[in-house]
Parts: sequence; structure tokens; C-alpha cells
Amino acid sequence: MKVEINHKEVVVPDGCDTLVALLQSQGISEKGHAVAVNNRVVPKAQWAGYAIADGMQITVIKAVCGG
Amino acid sequence: MERYLRQTMIEGFGTQAQQRLLDSSALIIGLGGLGAPVATYLVSSGVGRIGLCDKDTVSLTNLQRQILYTENDLDLPKIQCAHKRLSALSSHTVFDLYPDGISDENADQIIAGYDIVLDCTDKFATRRLIDRTCTRLGKPWVHGCIDQFYGYLTVFNYRNKKHYADLHPDAESLADPAGRIIGTVGPVPGVIGSLQAIEAIKLLSGVGECLDGRLLMLDFATMTANNIEF
Repeated sequence: MKVEINHKEVVVPDGCDTLVALLQSQGISEKGHAVAVNNRVVPKAQWAGYAIADGMQITVIKAVCGG
Repeated sequence: MERYLRQTMIEGFGTQAQQRLLDSSALIIGLGGLGAPVATYLVSSGVGRIGLCDKDTVSLTNLQRQILYTENDLDLPKIQCAHKRLSALSSHTVFDLYPDGISDENADQIIAGYDIVLDCTDKFATRRLIDRTCTRLGKPWVHGCIDQFYGYLTVFNYRNKKHYADLHPDAESLADPAGRIIGTVGPVPGVIGSLQAIEAIKLLSGVGECLDGRLLMLDFATMTANNIEF
């Protein structure tokens, strides 16, 4: 199964069937990041139960403070 | 009105939208990489009253991106240099100066006096303060932020009543990195600040549709964009 994370193709490792597992497998911390699937933010409370599907476009939005 | 011809001639804008801009007010918090284009374009577009809020001085490394300032301004207060430059651009604009910056003590009083707020700060803590105060006072605010080769833009607390915490639920725990200087190339805050000015002009003139509950993410390294609902 393949998904896109921030426009880069990622092969989903075996067993990473939820959003939270996929993020952990990519070393993306839950803290300080919002996540959107197909350009819609997924509330953090839903990450653990959010099923990964082939072709999903995932956007990781890092909180930044520069101005 | 003549100086605004290139925007009043746009169908759907006209002198009515220009008059709304002339009658409007905006507070710009932060006069750095974002604040420089925001202030320049809001003044040149005819926003009638503009609050400038910043307590920093101009340093040599600012000149790479903060296009309001020159080598002659080094070590001078940004607010003083910005005011001089912007006043020369438009003698009609009314400026209010806040050289002490924004704080818990003065935020309500300052923000209450404006139609909208432009978030051009470089600190999470200041953004949380803007969020809390604008929510309490019912003011829309235009958020921009940048880091290295990417930047974000959105409008909070407008018709959809979305807040910073709707995008970043752990906003309260976001700490400003002590001593970390954020790298970027000058045009990145230049573009994001210019886009903030467009959102402000739309909010104040009533023309167009704002990024209300949508986040525009621009990755300048790959020139890719996302428009994300939250």
C-alpha cells in the first residue's frame, strides 16, 4: 500500500494500518503537528482509529512561529 | 481616489470598496519579514488607519528580508523607521504607534480599536495572545507564519469562527524555541506577507472570499501548495 506524505510517495510498512501508526513509523511526533487527509484536517483524537487507505494524500502541518 | 485607480477600475471593486478601505483600520503586530510587505501594501492600498506594533530595533541580519529598512536604520527602533517610510508613501494614512509591543496588559485596549489584526509576529506566545484577545473581542485576524522554505496563511475568527487551537489543538503547549533563529530566504516572508495583505484588503473591502477555515500551505522548495480545511 502506498500513500503520499507532503507530496512524497511512501510505502506503508506492514502493520501500519492507522494514522497514528503510520506517523510513528515515519518518525513524525504527535506533538506540534496537525495532520490532514485529502486536504481536510483530522482531529488528533481520531488519529488512533483512522484507517489508512491506498492512495491517501496525507499532509503533515508542523506548527511554526517564524515571521 | 485617483491614486487607487488600478484597484477601483476592477469590476466588483470600484469606488465603494475603496471607500470601505479608506474608512477601515488594521493593526499590524510585528514589523519584520511579514510585517514589512503587509504594512507597505495596506498603506499603499488606502487602509485609512493603521496601527504599528513592534518593540525591536533594526539589525544587520534583518536587511536580508525586512524590506522596510536600510543600512541607515541600523540600531534604530523599527517602528520609527517604518513610520517614516510609510508616511512618505501616503500622507493621508493615520498611524498609531505602539513601541512597547503587545502584552497581556495592553492587548485588549489596543486590539479593541481596530477592525482586523495582522499577525506578523515571530512567537507562539504572541499568537496565542492574539487568538485569545481577538476571540474575546470578536475581531478577525490574518495569520501568517514562515520557516525556512515554507509558509502558511489563514484567517481566524471570521465567519466560520475558527481559532488557532482548531488548527493546532496543542497550541497551549507550543514553546518558542529558546535561542533558535529561524532561517529563511527573504522572498518567503515577502510572499506570505503579501498574501496576508490581500486577505486583509478582502476582509476590509468586502470583496472576494477569504481563507476562512482554510489553511494555505506553500512549500517554496518544491513550489507546491495545499489548501486545507480545518
